[in-house]
Amino acid sequence: MRQFPLTAAAALAGANQAEPMNPNYLDFEQPIAELQAKIEELRLVGNDSKININDEIAKLEEKSKKLTESIFKDLTPWQVSQLSRHPQRPYTLDYLEHVFTDFDELHGDRHFADDAAIVGGIARLDDKPVMVIGHQKGRDVKEKVRRNFGMPRPEGYRKACRLMEMAERFKMPVLTFIDTPGAYPGIDAEERGQSEAIAYNLAVMSRLKTPILSTVVGEGGSGGALAIGVCDELAMLQYATYSVISPEGCASILWKSAERASDAAQAMGITAERLNELGFVDTLIKEPLGGAHRHPITTASRVKEALLDSLDRLQALSVDELLERRYERLMSYGAPA
Amino acid sequence: MSWLDKIVPSMGRIQRKDRRASVPDGLWRKCPKCEAVLYLPELEKHHNVCPKCDHHLRLTARKRLQWFLDKEGREEISADLEPTDRLKFRDSKKYKDRLAAAQKGTGEKDALVAMRGSLDGLPVVAVAFEFTFMGGSMGAVVGEKFVRAASVALEAGIPLVCFSASGGARMQEALFSLMQMAKTSAALEKLKQAGVPYISVLTDPVYGGVSASLAMLGDLNVAEPNALIGFAGPRVIEQTVREKLPEGFQRSEFLLEHGAVDMIVHRSEMRTRLGGVLRKLTAQPSLAQAEAAPAVEAAPLVAEPAAEGSDDDAKDAR
Repeated sequence: MRQFPLTAAAALAGANQAEPMNPNYLDFEQPIAELQAKIEELRLVGNDSKININDEIAKLEEKSKKLTESIFKDLTPWQVSQLSRHPQRPYTLDYLEHVFTDFDELHGDRHFADDAAIVGGIARLDDKPVMVIGHQKGRDVKEKVRRNFGMPRPEGYRKACRLMEMAERFKMPVLTFIDTPGAYPGIDAEERGQSEAIAYNLAVMSRLKTPILSTVVGEGGSGGALAIGVCDELAMLQYATYSVISPEGCASILWKSAERASDAAQAMGITAERLNELGFVDTLIKEPLGGAHRHPITTASRVKEALLDSLDRLQALSVDELLERRYERLMSYGAPA
Repeated sequence: MSWLDKIVPSMGRIQRKDRRASVPDGLWRKCPKCEAVLYLPELEKHHNVCPKCDHHLRLTARKRLQWFLDKEGREEISADLEPTDRLKFRDSKKYKDRLAAAQKGTGEKDALVAMRGSLDGLPVVAVAFEFTFMGGSMGAVVGEKFVRAASVALEAGIPLVCFSASGGARMQEALFSLMQMAKTSAALEKLKQAGVPYISVLTDPVYGGVSASLAMLGDLNVAEPNALIGFAGPRVIEQTVREKLPEGFQRSEFLLEHGAVDMIVHRSEMRTRLGGVLRKLTAQPSLAQAEAAPAVEAAPLVAEPAAEGSDDDAKDAR
């Protein structure tokens, strides 16, 4: 079962009180965590005695909000990268629950297996039938392993391809949710043609006769992300990232040390904000204060709004216009000025 | 252990080192596989295939195309495209400086060379990756040039052949380089829909973003013998799965066995073999038939596009 603490305080209350630091808070959020711990303590005292400390709590809550605002006002790309991988961050199935209705999950690539690192199926978005496909990470250890940490194997991409072609036949828009560290780098994945599976999807998506909307909700890890990310419009959550290689990978190659990941994150410009400036993003979706995981329902409603907006724009186009627009869009990437 | 034992192994090391250093520059080269010392003019005569052990050494993009295409009528495509540092990228060195060094070292503007020409008289467009230019990495110029070469092939209705040798996407161009995967794949899909043949020849090595886009999308995927080809590099896989990789993993022969490539072709047979394939795919008489009979005007594979459009596009493509 997936559960989201609706407030930071609730998140803290659910955690082991003996632990000094709450694991749901990232390193740079520790001042907020400490303040929240104080508030929680006061609440406990308040319950025990009859003293009215509500004013005090309200004051501290205000202080905590201000502190969060000031910390989140100026996040470094590396901090954003950590947020994009936050263990409590909403995943594709969470969006399926809160954005869509009537979801039928469809399984398997019809050749080898069903890859749990990619989920997909038909659902309704405000009553309209749509095909939803996304990377899926796991919440607990067992689930993480089953989902392979959101790293698909070739069969995952081939399942995605099958579903996209089905969507084309039944004239359903394809909505993809991107959240992966990358395609799985394993022996079996290589044996079954990881490269070909990704390449094939890129080619098919470039001419799929139905609108494709991609939303980066977490980590947009390289080719493994792009393999379900060729689209007519790209949306990105505020604290999502999209890059050609992970900051750690880039740092270990170019700086010869994974510890320079923060420099690599800066240099590559992986944040939604930067990519928006560079012209890659069509819709930047603002996250609630403290990140999507603090208010997943609010986040989901903003995502839904963005999707409906994009769909309105795209469904006004004929199939020919749509395909021409998509091709031009692809050709414009890195074209000489 | 006697003092002699202690000294002897280190002496051995010194000797080996000396032997390596003793190959003089310019005239001789050691085969990286069998370590035979090869006379350079002799090696070049064999197109960089070791005459002793048949190992396929790397070939520069320009030499590759000069060898692959007929001498007559070669015409370079978009030779003037220059890379730009859109992100002002800087790691231990500035990207700008890395580009300048690579340009100086290779004499190329970026990691792809594209030419229009013919293969034993059959008109083709051929492109080749320059591996010594930043590991043959694909940035915006590589992607753009590839797409322009593909559109020349599409408009003329003649086959496209690509010799890839690349470490993957170019990190210094970040998302611009990632998007080249989608861009090149989209252009190849146009060829596919129009029935224009595309042959991808994978040469040592092909990895990452190049492997997971244009290099795996051939009507035929062809590999040179013993080339390393894969999505993820062996080191990354070893770190992930924490086990030793099987013998021959990610070699051409491994890919053939697992169904990723159609054939492995020796460099010395590449021209005749691909020529034969392309002549069948384009419904042209075989080379033997063509030589016996007088030349027939080659029919274009696709309908001629509108005159003005093709003129403009052709100009753009050059």
